[in-house]
Amino acid sequence: MAFDSFGAFMVMGGHGPYVWACYFVFFLLMGATTLWSLRQRRFVIAQQRRRMDAAPVRDSTPAGASFTRIDPSRD
Amino acid sequence: MWQIFHKLGSPKWFFGIASTLMPWLLWAGVAMLAVGIGWGLAFAPQDYLQGNSYRIIFIHVPSAFLAQSVYIMMAVAGLVTLVWRMKLADVFVKSVAPVGAVLTFLALFTGAVWGKPTWGTWWIWDARLTSMLILLFLYFGVIALGAAISDEKSSARAVAVLVLVGVVNIPIIKYSVEWWNTLHQPATFKLTEKPSMPPEMWVPLLLSVLGLYLIFGWLACLRMQTEILAREGRTRWVKELVQAQGN
Repeated sequence: MAFDSFGAFMVMGGHGPYVWACYFVFFLLMGATTLWSLRQRRFVIAQQRRRMDAAPVRDSTPAGASFTRIDPSRD
Repeated sequence: MWQIFHKLGSPKWFFGIASTLMPWLLWAGVAMLAVGIGWGLAFAPQDYLQGNSYRIIFIHVPSAFLAQSVYIMMAVAGLVTLVWRMKLADVFVKSVAPVGAVLTFLALFTGAVWGKPTWGTWWIWDARLTSMLILLFLYFGVIALGAAISDEKSSARAVAVLVLVGVVNIPIIKYSVEWWNTLHQPATFKLTEKPSMPPEMWVPLLLSVLGLYLIFGWLACLRMQTEILAREGRTRWVKELVQAQGN
Protein backbone atom coordinates (compact mmCIF):
# COMPACT_ATOMS: atom_id res chain seq x y z
CA MET A 1 0.00 0.00 0.00
CA ALA A 2 1.15 3.51 -0.78
CA PHE A 3 -1.06 4.88 2.04
CA ASP A 4 -1.01 4.39 5.81
CA SER A 5 -4.77 4.40 6.35
CA PHE A 6 -8.05 4.45 4.46
CA GLY A 7 -8.45 8.11 5.42
CA ALA A 8 -5.10 8.95 3.84
CA PHE A 9 -6.17 7.02 0.76
CA MET A 10 -9.34 9.14 0.44
CA VAL A 11 -7.54 12.44 1.07
CA MET A 12 -4.64 11.61 -1.29
CA GLY A 13 -2.41 14.25 0.30
CA GLY A 14 -4.88 17.02 -0.57
CA HIS A 15 -5.44 15.85 -4.14
CA GLY A 16 -8.40 13.63 -3.26
CA PRO A 17 -11.15 15.78 -4.83
CA TYR A 18 -9.29 15.95 -8.16
CA VAL A 19 -8.48 12.26 -8.32
CA TRP A 20 -11.92 11.07 -7.19
CA ALA A 21 -13.79 13.49 -9.44
CA CYS A 22 -11.89 12.08 -12.44
CA TYR A 23 -12.60 8.47 -11.51
CA PHE A 24 -16.24 9.24 -10.79
CA VAL A 25 -16.80 10.90 -14.17
CA PHE A 26 -14.86 8.15 -15.95
CA PHE A 27 -17.01 5.36 -14.54
CA LEU A 28 -20.19 7.40 -14.89
CA LEU A 29 -19.65 8.05 -18.61
CA MET A 30 -18.35 4.58 -19.45
CA GLY A 31 -21.29 3.07 -17.56
CA ALA A 32 -23.76 5.37 -19.30
CA THR A 33 -22.30 4.51 -22.72
CA THR A 34 -22.63 0.81 -21.94
CA LEU A 35 -26.22 1.10 -20.68
CA TRP A 36 -27.19 3.27 -23.65
CA SER A 37 -25.69 0.74 -26.09
CA LEU A 38 -27.51 -2.17 -24.41
CA ARG A 39 -30.82 -0.25 -24.46
CA GLN A 40 -30.33 0.64 -28.12
CA ARG A 41 -29.88 -3.02 -28.94
CA ARG A 42 -33.04 -4.00 -27.05
CA PHE A 43 -34.90 -1.18 -28.78
CA VAL A 44 -33.80 -2.28 -32.27
CA ILE A 45 -34.74 -5.91 -31.58
CA ALA A 46 -38.19 -4.83 -30.34
CA GLN A 47 -38.61 -2.61 -33.40
CA GLN A 48 -37.73 -5.45 -35.78
CA ARG A 49 -40.15 -7.76 -33.98
CA ARG A 50 -42.93 -5.22 -34.35
CA ARG A 51 -42.12 -4.87 -38.04
CA MET A 52 -42.19 -8.64 -38.47
CA ASP A 53 -45.49 -8.96 -36.62
CA ALA A 54 -46.95 -6.27 -38.85
CA ALA A 55 -45.60 -7.70 -42.11
CA PRO A 56 -47.82 -10.83 -42.56
CA VAL A 57 -50.96 -8.68 -42.30
CA ARG A 58 -49.77 -6.60 -45.23
CA ASP A 59 -48.99 -9.75 -47.23
CA SER A 60 -52.51 -11.14 -46.75
CA THR A 61 -54.27 -8.16 -48.30
CA PRO A 62 -55.65 -9.23 -51.66
CA ALA A 63 -53.64 -8.20 -54.66
CA GLY A 64 -55.44 -6.52 -57.51
CA ALA A 65 -57.29 -3.35 -58.23
CA SER A 66 -59.00 -1.39 -55.53
CA PHE A 67 -61.06 1.72 -56.01
CA THR A 68 -60.46 3.40 -52.66
CA ARG A 69 -59.29 6.93 -53.02
CA ILE A 70 -55.73 7.57 -51.90
CA ASP A 71 -54.61 11.02 -50.89
CA PRO A 72 -51.17 11.71 -52.28
CA SER A 73 -48.78 12.90 -49.58
CA ARG A 74 -47.67 16.48 -49.87
CA ASP A 75 -44.11 16.28 -48.70
CA MET B 1 -6.82 -14.10 -48.36
CA TRP B 2 -9.61 -12.80 -50.58
CA GLN B 3 -11.97 -15.33 -49.10
CA ILE B 4 -11.28 -14.00 -45.62
CA PHE B 5 -11.79 -10.50 -46.90
CA HIS B 6 -15.15 -11.41 -48.38
CA LYS B 7 -16.22 -13.18 -45.23
CA LEU B 8 -15.17 -10.16 -43.18
CA GLY B 9 -17.49 -8.09 -45.28
CA SER B 10 -20.43 -10.35 -44.51
CA PRO B 11 -22.54 -8.97 -41.67
CA LYS B 12 -23.84 -12.43 -40.81
CA TRP B 13 -20.36 -13.86 -40.41
CA PHE B 14 -19.27 -10.88 -38.32
CA PHE B 15 -22.33 -11.19 -36.10
CA GLY B 16 -21.40 -14.78 -35.21
CA ILE B 17 -17.74 -14.01 -34.55
CA ALA B 18 -18.66 -11.00 -32.43
CA SER B 19 -21.05 -13.06 -30.30
CA THR B 20 -18.30 -15.58 -29.51
CA LEU B 21 -15.69 -12.90 -28.77
CA MET B 22 -17.81 -10.54 -26.70
CA PRO B 23 -17.85 -12.33 -23.30
CA TRP B 24 -14.05 -12.77 -23.45
CA LEU B 25 -13.47 -9.16 -24.42
CA LEU B 26 -15.73 -7.85 -21.68
CA TRP B 27 -14.50 -9.96 -18.78
CA ALA B 28 -10.81 -9.82 -19.68
CA GLY B 29 -11.15 -6.06 -20.17
CA VAL B 30 -12.97 -5.47 -16.87
CA ALA B 31 -10.45 -7.64 -15.00
CA MET B 32 -7.42 -5.88 -16.50
CA LEU B 33 -8.88 -2.42 -15.97
CA ALA B 34 -9.80 -3.28 -12.37
CA VAL B 35 -6.29 -4.57 -11.60
CA GLY B 36 -4.65 -1.63 -13.37
CA ILE B 37 -6.77 1.01 -11.64
CA GLY B 38 -6.72 -0.69 -8.23
CA TRP B 39 -2.96 -1.05 -8.39
CA GLY B 40 -2.49 2.49 -9.66
CA LEU B 41 -4.75 4.08 -7.07
CA ALA B 42 -3.69 2.25 -3.94
CA PHE B 43 -0.33 0.56 -4.47
CA ALA B 44 1.75 2.49 -7.00
CA PRO B 45 4.23 4.85 -5.31
CA GLN B 46 3.58 8.58 -5.07
CA ASP B 47 5.13 10.82 -7.72
CA TYR B 48 7.99 12.86 -6.27
CA LEU B 49 6.89 16.04 -8.08
CA GLN B 50 3.12 15.81 -8.53
CA GLY B 51 2.22 13.89 -5.38
CA ASN B 52 -0.96 11.86 -5.65
CA SER B 53 -2.66 13.88 -8.37
CA TYR B 54 -0.67 11.88 -10.92
CA ARG B 55 -2.93 8.87 -10.13
CA ILE B 56 -5.35 10.41 -12.65
CA ILE B 57 -2.91 9.10 -15.28
CA PHE B 58 -4.37 5.59 -14.93
CA ILE B 59 -7.57 6.74 -16.63
CA HIS B 60 -6.30 9.81 -18.49
CA VAL B 61 -3.73 8.02 -20.64
CA PRO B 62 -6.01 5.05 -21.51
CA SER B 63 -8.83 7.44 -22.55
CA ALA B 64 -6.54 9.65 -24.63
CA PHE B 65 -4.79 6.65 -26.18
CA LEU B 66 -8.10 5.03 -27.15
CA ALA B 67 -9.57 8.32 -28.37
CA GLN B 68 -6.79 8.58 -30.94
CA SER B 69 -6.57 4.92 -31.93
CA VAL B 70 -10.35 4.73 -32.37
CA TYR B 71 -10.05 7.61 -34.81
CA ILE B 72 -7.23 5.85 -36.70
CA MET B 73 -9.32 2.68 -36.88
CA MET B 74 -12.22 4.75 -38.20
CA ALA B 75 -9.95 6.24 -40.86
CA VAL B 76 -8.84 2.78 -41.99
CA ALA B 77 -12.48 1.71 -42.13
CA GLY B 78 -13.29 4.91 -44.04
CA LEU B 79 -10.65 4.04 -46.63
CA VAL B 80 -12.11 0.53 -46.93
CA THR B 81 -15.56 2.06 -47.42
CA LEU B 82 -14.34 4.27 -50.23
CA VAL B 83 -12.16 1.70 -52.02
CA TRP B 84 -14.08 -1.56 -51.62
CA ARG B 85 -17.55 -0.29 -50.68
CA MET B 86 -17.58 -2.70 -47.76
CA LYS B 87 -20.77 -2.23 -45.75
CA LEU B 88 -19.28 -3.52 -42.54
CA ALA B 89 -16.60 -0.80 -42.57
CA ASP B 90 -19.29 1.87 -42.53
CA VAL B 91 -21.14 -0.01 -39.79
CA PHE B 92 -17.92 0.18 -37.77
CA VAL B 93 -17.45 3.93 -38.30
CA LYS B 94 -21.04 4.77 -37.37
CA SER B 95 -21.04 2.46 -34.35
CA VAL B 96 -17.81 3.57 -32.71
CA ALA B 97 -17.91 7.32 -33.37
CA PRO B 98 -20.00 8.07 -30.22
CA VAL B 99 -17.67 5.89 -28.12
CA GLY B 100 -14.71 7.80 -29.52
CA ALA B 101 -16.38 11.08 -28.62
CA VAL B 102 -16.97 9.90 -25.03
CA LEU B 103 -13.33 8.80 -24.71
CA THR B 104 -12.06 12.12 -26.09
CA PHE B 105 -14.27 14.02 -23.66
CA LEU B 106 -12.93 11.87 -20.81
CA ALA B 107 -9.34 12.55 -21.86
CA LEU B 108 -10.06 16.30 -21.92
CA PHE B 109 -11.98 16.28 -18.64
CA THR B 110 -9.48 14.20 -16.67
CA GLY B 111 -6.70 16.30 -18.19
CA ALA B 112 -8.35 19.53 -17.07
CA VAL B 113 -8.88 18.25 -13.53
CA TRP B 114 -5.30 17.02 -13.42
CA GLY B 115 -4.06 20.33 -14.80
CA LYS B 116 -5.56 22.36 -11.93
CA PRO B 117 -3.31 21.07 -9.12
CA THR B 118 -0.33 20.46 -11.45
CA TRP B 119 -0.20 23.50 -13.73
CA GLY B 120 -2.47 25.80 -11.73
CA THR B 121 -5.05 26.06 -14.51
CA TRP B 122 -7.94 23.96 -15.83
CA TRP B 123 -7.37 24.87 -19.44
CA ILE B 124 -4.81 26.51 -21.65
CA TRP B 125 -4.91 26.93 -25.41
CA ASP B 126 -1.75 25.03 -26.09
CA ALA B 127 -1.13 22.63 -28.97
CA ARG B 128 -1.90 19.31 -27.26
CA LEU B 129 -5.11 20.46 -25.59
CA THR B 130 -6.40 22.37 -28.59
CA SER B 131 -5.73 19.51 -31.02
CA MET B 132 -7.57 17.12 -28.67
CA LEU B 133 -10.51 19.54 -28.61
CA ILE B 134 -10.48 19.50 -32.42
CA LEU B 135 -10.58 15.69 -32.26
CA LEU B 136 -13.73 15.95 -30.13
CA PHE B 137 -15.34 18.26 -32.70
CA LEU B 138 -14.32 15.87 -35.49
CA TYR B 139 -16.14 13.08 -33.68
CA PHE B 140 -19.20 15.33 -33.32
CA GLY B 141 -18.96 16.15 -37.03
CA VAL B 142 -18.84 12.47 -38.00
CA ILE B 143 -21.86 11.67 -35.82
CA ALA B 144 -23.86 14.65 -37.11
CA LEU B 145 -23.01 14.05 -40.78
CA GLY B 146 -23.88 10.37 -40.51
CA ALA B 147 -27.23 11.23 -38.95
CA ALA B 148 -28.00 14.01 -41.42
CA ILE B 149 -27.87 11.89 -44.61
CA SER B 150 -30.57 9.26 -44.73
CA ASP B 151 -29.40 7.42 -47.84
CA GLU B 152 -27.14 4.66 -46.57
CA LYS B 153 -24.62 4.73 -49.41
CA SER B 154 -24.18 8.50 -49.68
CA SER B 155 -23.99 8.74 -45.90
CA ALA B 156 -21.25 6.09 -45.83
CA ARG B 157 -19.21 7.88 -48.47
CA ALA B 158 -19.60 11.37 -46.97
CA VAL B 159 -18.66 10.15 -43.50
CA ALA B 160 -15.65 8.25 -44.87
CA VAL B 161 -14.35 11.37 -46.61
CA LEU B 162 -14.78 13.48 -43.46
CA VAL B 163 -13.00 10.87 -41.32
CA LEU B 164 -10.10 10.69 -43.80
CA VAL B 165 -9.71 14.46 -43.98
CA GLY B 166 -9.72 14.68 -40.19
CA VAL B 167 -7.00 12.10 -39.78
CA VAL B 168 -4.43 14.87 -40.40
CA ASN B 169 -5.16 15.94 -36.82
CA ILE B 170 -3.78 12.69 -35.37
CA PRO B 171 -0.06 13.32 -36.05
CA ILE B 172 -0.61 16.89 -34.84
CA ILE B 173 -1.89 15.56 -31.50
CA LYS B 174 0.91 13.01 -31.32
CA TYR B 175 3.81 15.38 -32.03
CA SER B 176 2.30 18.54 -30.52
CA VAL B 177 4.31 17.96 -27.33
CA GLU B 178 7.52 17.87 -29.35
CA TRP B 179 6.91 20.53 -32.00
CA TRP B 180 5.66 23.30 -29.76
CA ASN B 181 6.34 24.54 -26.27
CA THR B 182 3.61 23.10 -24.13
CA LEU B 183 2.70 22.52 -20.53
CA HIS B 184 1.79 18.94 -21.37
CA GLN B 185 4.36 16.34 -20.45
CA PRO B 186 5.82 14.14 -23.23
CA ALA B 187 4.41 10.73 -24.04
CA THR B 188 4.64 8.09 -21.31
CA PHE B 189 5.07 5.15 -23.68
CA LYS B 190 7.27 5.22 -26.75
CA LEU B 191 7.95 2.26 -28.98
CA THR B 192 11.65 2.98 -29.21
CA GLU B 193 12.54 3.87 -25.63
CA LYS B 194 12.06 2.51 -22.18
CA PRO B 195 9.29 4.27 -20.22
CA SER B 196 10.49 7.15 -18.06
CA MET B 197 8.58 5.69 -15.11
CA PRO B 198 9.49 2.84 -12.76
CA PRO B 199 7.69 -0.48 -13.45
CA GLU B 200 5.47 -0.04 -10.34
CA MET B 201 3.89 2.85 -12.23
CA TRP B 202 3.97 1.80 -15.87
CA VAL B 203 2.82 -1.81 -15.44
CA PRO B 204 -0.56 -0.80 -13.93
CA LEU B 205 -0.83 1.93 -16.57
CA LEU B 206 -0.23 -0.58 -19.36
CA LEU B 207 -2.82 -2.90 -17.79
CA SER B 208 -5.46 -0.19 -17.73
CA VAL B 209 -4.70 0.81 -21.34
CA LEU B 210 -5.08 -2.82 -22.47
CA GLY B 211 -8.18 -3.29 -20.31
CA LEU B 212 -9.88 -0.25 -21.78
CA TYR B 213 -8.90 -1.46 -25.27
CA LEU B 214 -10.69 -4.76 -24.65
CA ILE B 215 -13.75 -3.02 -23.19
CA PHE B 216 -13.81 -0.80 -26.26
CA GLY B 217 -13.67 -3.99 -28.38
CA TRP B 218 -16.71 -5.31 -26.56
CA LEU B 219 -18.60 -2.04 -26.95
CA ALA B 220 -17.70 -1.90 -30.65
CA CYS B 221 -18.98 -5.46 -31.21
CA LEU B 222 -22.18 -4.75 -29.29
CA ARG B 223 -22.91 -1.52 -31.15
CA MET B 224 -22.00 -2.99 -34.55
CA GLN B 225 -24.37 -5.88 -33.92
CA THR B 226 -27.13 -3.39 -33.12
CA GLU B 227 -26.41 -1.43 -36.29
CA ILE B 228 -26.45 -4.65 -38.36
CA LEU B 229 -29.77 -5.71 -36.82
CA ALA B 230 -31.22 -2.32 -37.70
CA ARG B 231 -29.91 -2.32 -41.28
CA GLU B 232 -30.35 -5.95 -42.30
CA GLY B 233 -33.89 -6.30 -40.99
CA ARG B 234 -35.09 -7.71 -44.31
CA THR B 235 -32.69 -10.64 -44.47
CA ARG B 236 -33.85 -14.04 -43.33
CA TRP B 237 -31.07 -14.65 -40.81
CA VAL B 238 -31.84 -11.39 -38.95
CA LYS B 239 -35.54 -12.29 -38.88
CA GLU B 240 -34.75 -15.70 -37.42
CA LEU B 241 -32.35 -14.17 -34.93
CA VAL B 242 -34.83 -11.52 -33.78
CA GLN B 243 -37.49 -14.18 -33.32
CA ALA B 244 -35.12 -16.38 -31.31
CA GLN B 245 -34.02 -13.42 -29.11
CA GLY B 246 -37.53 -12.40 -28.22
CA ASN B 247 -38.74 -15.78 -27.01
